[in-house]
Order: sequence, then structure tokens, then C-alpha cells
Amino acid sequence: MAGSAGPEVLRAPLVVEFPFTRSLGPVQSAFLTGLRERTVLGVRTGDGRVLVPPVEYDPVTAEEIRDLVEVGATGTVTTWAWNPAPRRDQPLDRPFAWVLVQLDGADTALLHALDAPGPEAVHSGMRVRVRWAAERTGAITDIACFEPGEPGETDEPGGTREAGGEPAAHSGRFDDPVTGIVAAARLDYTYSPGRAQSAYINGLSARRTVGERCPSCRKVYVPPRGACPTCGVATEERVEVGPAGTVTTYCIVNIKAKNLDIEVPYVYAHIALDGAGLALHGRIGGIPYDQVRMGLRVEPVWSEGGRYPDHYRPTGEPDADYETYKELI
Amino acid sequence: MAPTPAARDVAIVAFAQSDHRRRTDELSEVELLMPVLHQVLDATGLKTSDIGFTCSGSSDYLAGRAFSFTMALDGVGAWPPISESHVEMDGAWALYEAWVKILTGEADTALVYGYGKSSPGEVRDVLTRQLDPYYVAPLWPDSVALAALQAQALIDAGETDEPALAAVAARSRDAASANSHAQVRGSRPQGDYVVHPLRTGDCPPIGDGAAAVILAAGDRARELCARPAWIRGMDHRIEAHGLGVRDLTDSPSTRLAGERAGAFELPVDTAELHAPFTSQEIVLRKALRLGDDVAVNPSGGALAANPVMAAGLVRLGEAAARIHRGESDRALAHATSGPCLQQNLVAVLEGES
Repeated sequence: MAGSAGPEVLRAPLVVEFPFTRSLGPVQSAFLTGLRERTVLGVRTGDGRVLVPPVEYDPVTAEEIRDLVEVGATGTVTTWAWNPAPRRDQPLDRPFAWVLVQLDGADTALLHALDAPGPEAVHSGMRVRVRWAAERTGAITDIACFEPGEPGETDEPGGTREAGGEPAAHSGRFDDPVTGIVAAARLDYTYSPGRAQSAYINGLSARRTVGERCPSCRKVYVPPRGACPTCGVATEERVEVGPAGTVTTYCIVNIKAKNLDIEVPYVYAHIALDGAGLALHGRIGGIPYDQVRMGLRVEPVWSEGGRYPDHYRPTGEPDADYETYKELI
Repeated sequence: MAPTPAARDVAIVAFAQSDHRRRTDELSEVELLMPVLHQVLDATGLKTSDIGFTCSGSSDYLAGRAFSFTMALDGVGAWPPISESHVEMDGAWALYEAWVKILTGEADTALVYGYGKSSPGEVRDVLTRQLDPYYVAPLWPDSVALAALQAQALIDAGETDEPALAAVAARSRDAASANSHAQVRGSRPQGDYVVHPLRTGDCPPIGDGAAAVILAAGDRARELCARPAWIRGMDHRIEAHGLGVRDLTDSPSTRLAGERAGAFELPVDTAELHAPFTSQEIVLRKALRLGDDVAVNPSGGALAANPVMAAGLVRLGEAAARIHRGESDRALAHATSGPCLQQNLVAVLEGES
């Protein structure tokens, strides 16, 4: 393997998931609570326009705006786009239209989905109404989607306002208002570590630690990341280092980590493997924690099926002289 | 509004870009980036230690790697510590920051780069995370869907139609035949609807790539480049985030940035527009008042290669390279960010005769 670039490109699934917890301003809180109660609120700007969905500050003047009004749950499509292949978290799991809908009484449009049989059934200017979600929590998804139609065709409230009329003022007050949302997000990746790190990981699978040497300053990087951060050039010459090394510095861990089955206290150390130009880190075992010292000579201990050393233990050699590793601390 | 005269003459003196490809699994981000950094340094004879300021643009969300820009700095050679900054935006905005830094007199040269690997993730989904988190992001409207809403609005307004959009696609990819870095080279069928009314051909290719430029001031620029591309003006403007608040058939932010950059004072012969979707070129041509006599996207534009976080910087670089080669005397470069051309940057570049 040493010398030329290995052909095997490693890949692994990587999921990034994060539930963003966000607090709401007074206008957002009223709007999302209103959706829970099947009431659509807008906010009036200083020049009299009604923004739906409502915002806390006028997007033109930045003026704080708080005058809420109730608008219709019916409206007119201002533009649309037919989505033949819905993606995982989108509002409907069958083909649908994305629409911007100007609700009756509003001067701006709201983005949502329109449930329609096909693109031939959708056009700008068509009349649509809100289809409420069965379970509503105070979120934009309390609107399940829009559906074609005029008010009065269902017995749901919120669909009875006359088009063209002035929207009525609304206090924005509801029982048990929502004050925050939790927006879950998940993104799926297929991660590839690239040339240098693939070679390093492939080496580890044969229980070899392979670094890369900078062609300019000759430093050997372990693990290699493909570039010498000092010289800014590619590191391509592979160099096997270790397996033994020297503890350059260490700390004693006294707090048990979640999901980690290691008795505390234990020692976590920087270890300069023989031939490496910088230290990597690992746990020290096979010696009482209070006997670990700088200069201790250690070697890796591999567990059955492990893809990297489980920990390092003393080799029994005499300690390394400080002068031999002081540049690596 | 009158453009603000620049306090110093600053030019793009070198540009390099990677070959943009659908996947680069064999390369980490720094491995993708490093060759283009070396190309611009080699072109000018500069070393990292000669550079006054380094600025980059990238996004961790694309490849799902936290703090990926710090890893990318390994390719610069950032030791001893350099003067450095990063924007979580397209590299065009990193170029803007570097330009301002030079205008202040704090640096005479700057290295600017942008890179993006879209291949590890689903970029259509990733880009939903930049949207309003309260009212929009929970619906996961992907980047093609939002562009399609804009395209339909243009069609409804009578400003374009599907054949006109197809012509933009064909012209761009024909132009890319001469661009060895492009991902899609040569015209191809428009294909099926991705999100109606946008077909495959109306959408940018998804891929990985990197780009870098070097900026220099005054006589330093003349030493480093036979025909520097002088930045006569540059400005960027943003519109409201609410899609339903905006007129999607127009781009007032582009027009204002163009005015502030001096784009309308004299005609340009070339325009590199960052229009990932065919319909967005319609909007930009109108906002920037580009006539048929202007060579628009002779590189093929973002329809030929769209490495997210580098594609805007590539527009500035391509426009500058035309000036370097003597193929343009006055060029406009544009970069965009956000859904439906929400934020726009315009630069005007000139060569000296």
C-alpha cells in the first residue's frame, strides 16, 4: 500500500439531525397559535398593507408592526409549480403543486402545497382554500395543504370571510398561546474522507499506522489530512510510524462519559508514535492512572475486530528522554 | 443612486478553477481545493507568506462537515498565522470582503477562494435549511421548487416561455463546449419536468468544485499580471426573505447593486451572470438592461457548472480571465445567494487598453 494512492475510496452513511428549538416573537406566536385554532392572522404595515404570513418588522421600513387582522382561509394562487416527485419531508407524499397563495384580505402571498389531481388542474388565479391538519400544534404545518375551491363548500370555520372585504382587527390573544417551535431537521449524507484519510483508515484495518510526509518541511503527519498546514502543499509520501510511541503530555479524566464503558479515573494522553511529526491522542491502560508520566513508552492494544487501537499500554522500555519529544508537545 | 468611487485601484490578477464534476469521492475538500490555490499562486509568483489577506467562502451543510473551512485552510499554509477570514456564503462575498480590506489599506494583496462538495448530500434538501425557519423551512421546499415558482410567475407575466428557457439552456451549454472545466459541455435535450415548468435542462448540474482568485492593488497588480481586471465598482444588495412579499419577476436588488457598481455608466461587452436556472437569466438580463450585443455567460455559466459556494466566484473569475486574455475590455460579473435571486452582487471589471 505504501507509496502510491490506494484505489479504494471509503464511504459511509452520515446523518446530521438537529431539533432547532426556536422562540417566537409576539406576531409569530399569534399567527401560529391562530393556525392551531383554525384562524389565519396577518399583520398590517404602516402604509396599510396586510402581510400574510405576518412578520415582526416591516420588510421595507423595518418598523415594528403589531396590528393584527384576521384574513380568510381562502385565497388566490399567484404562482405555482407542479412537483411530480415529492421529497421526504414535504407536505404531501403524492404529486402536488407548490403554490404562493394570496389569502383574501392579504396583500402578500403564503407558500404552501396544493393538493390537486395534476398540473392541468392548477393555474395562477385559481381559488383555493385551507385544508386544516387534523392534529394542530401551532406550526405552519397546521395547514395540511390547500385544496381547490371556494369558501362555504366545507363546514370548517375560517372559510367564510368575503373576498375583497377589509380584514377585521384581531387581538391575537388565544388561550394557551404557543411561544416556541421545535423544528426537526435531518440531512442524509454519504461521507467520503478523501485520498489521505482513506489510506490512513485502510492502513488501520491492517493494524498499521501510516502517516504522510510533507515534501517541503519533511514533517510526518499522523493522521494525515492530505495537506501540510504549514507549507500548504499536498502530503503524498506514505510513512509507516510506530507502533510504539511516547506519552508527550496527558490528563486524568474523572468524569464518566455517557455511553462510554470505561472506569474512571483514566488517563487520556498525547502520544507521539515513533517517526511521527506530531502527537495523536489515545487512552492509556495497563498501568495505574497515577503512575502515567511524560516520556512513558507505550504501544497500541487492539481489540478483536477494532478498526483503531482500543488504548495504549506501557512497553516496559525505559522512559524517553525529554529532549527527544519536547518539540512534539 | 450614484456609485461610490473606489478609494484604491484593485484588480483581479489571477483566476483558477477545478474541473467541476458530479462526484469527487476520492478527494477531501482540501484535496479538491489545493490545486487551484497553487495555480493562482504560481500564476503570480506569490507565496502564501506574500499574501496580505486570505478570505474564503463555503458551507458546512453541503458536505455535512462541521468547521470544514478550518480543514481547507491546511491547503493555504496558514502558519505562521495569517490574516484570514471566512464567509458562510459563496466565495464572491469573500471576494467582496477582501476587496474592502484592500480598499482600507490594510492589505495590498488577497487570496480568495470558494469551494463546495454537493455530492455527499442532497443539495436540494440542504438548501432548504437557509429558509425562514418558522414559516417556510418546515415545508422543505427545495431549490428547484422555489425556482419553478419564479419561472411560472415569469411565464404568467408573459416575460418568457418554455422555448425561450430552452434556448437559454442550449446557448449556455453550447458555450461550455469551449470550457474544459465545465461539468455539462454541449447542448442536450431539455428532458422531463423536474418541477413544472422547469425541466432537467433548465436546472444546473449538481457537482463539486473549487475556485480561487488573487486580488492586488495599484502597481502591485501591474507587476503580477500583464492585463489586470480592474474592479471599477462592486456592491451587493438583499431583498426580503418572504417569497410572497417579493415580485419574483424582477430583481430590484440586482439593479441597485448594478447602479452602485457603475454598471450602467458605460456599456459592458461581457456579462457573467450567476443564474443557476434558465428563468433567472431572464430576470437578470432585464434588471441589468443587457442587450443582445453583450456576450452573456461565454463560459456556459452556472447551467454548465454550479459548484455551490464557488459558482459566484467563478463568474467574477471568468469575467476577469476574459479581460486578462484581451477578449473583453469591460465586463460585468454577478453572483447570487438565497432562493429566487434573493441576494445579488454585481461587479464591473475593466482592462486597460
